[in-house]
Amino acid sequence: MTFLTLFLTFLKIGTFTFGGGYAMLPLIREEVAAHGWLTEQALIDFIAVSESTPGPFAINIATFVGSRVCGVFGAACATLGVVLPSFIIILIVAKAFDRFRESKSVRGCMAGLKPAVVGLIGAALLSLALTVFFPGGFAGSVFTDVSFYFSLAVFALCAVLAFKKLHPVAVIGIAAALGLIGGYVGEWLPVK
Amino acid sequence: MKTNGKRYLELFLTFTKVGLFTFGGGYAMIPLIQKEAGEKKKWISDDDLLEIVAIAESTPGPIAVNAATFIGSRVGGFFGAFCATFGLVLPSFLIILALSYLLKTFQEFRPVAYAFRGIRAGVLALILKALWTMWKKAPKKVFSYLIMAAAFVCVAFLKVHVVIVIVGCALAGLTYTLLAERRRAQ
Repeated sequence: MTFLTLFLTFLKIGTFTFGGGYAMLPLIREEVAAHGWLTEQALIDFIAVSESTPGPFAINIATFVGSRVCGVFGAACATLGVVLPSFIIILIVAKAFDRFRESKSVRGCMAGLKPAVVGLIGAALLSLALTVFFPGGFAGSVFTDVSFYFSLAVFALCAVLAFKKLHPVAVIGIAAALGLIGGYVGEWLPVK
Repeated sequence: MKTNGKRYLELFLTFTKVGLFTFGGGYAMIPLIQKEAGEKKKWISDDDLLEIVAIAESTPGPIAVNAATFIGSRVGGFFGAFCATFGLVLPSFLIILALSYLLKTFQEFRPVAYAFRGIRAGVLALILKALWTMWKKAPKKVFSYLIMAAAFVCVAFLKVHVVIVIVGCALAGLTYTLLAERRRAQ
């Protein structure tokens, strides 16, 4: 039963995400949380892993969630599900290449989908940011917490580096190094 | 004249290489596809590839999967498409499968746990960058900004399902475009 759920969920994710890459993130976040397959924090950790390993994010996350939930066969079900819609649709479109491209309906839908993806990623980013900055839930006390300011500083530095077009793997490497240093320095701090 | 079997194998191996040597996925894969499937194998021209990217953007699914299926079907029909797509997916699948077991063990170690505290903030920065890139690519019209705001509010605050928002925005775009064209025709 879980195999079928994995397959169908990732089939849905593969069908309703346009543009690839992080465009998949909003729907993946929603579905994975709804089924209780990964916590938001585990999802963020996995985005880092996916950026540092070969292959498209969608394939990586499908394989990862599938294998975590029910092993190799689960990974196969989820990955097949996420790939199948693209595969079938492209096979159909390849036959009517020009008609598809010039179709008024396709252009019309895209006029709504392109900006929608921006709004959706914005919403996913907000939710993930709340998890990172306020891991124990939002409360006034977090502003006296050293780790909050630490995360904020790492985020600001990495944002500058990312916008300066530093490679994502390098950004993650630097963030990891800062996390290590911060963690060990934190052990020596009198306040937590 | 190449035998079909050899052509399928070539498709499989070419896209295995593409899947193995591109990090991050998405548009990062396009240059390698251009080099391997375009320059080396002469399966597609640069113009074709640009069109594939345009099509990939308006069809669901990851761009690399779309490109692999498309090129595979051009070169070797249905089974060609299957070989190319299977080749593209296989490296990610095997690597992540291995990692998902390793990660479980490694995350228990204190240094790894510390490193991930930094990494999480770094990932937010990467998503912010991706958001910025998509913002720049979106059409600069009042209608676009309205859709962006509506999608954001619906998911972030009203907790509407993402699929409903996606379908709704596509329909809104369709209605808007058709109305705008009718007005122009009059």
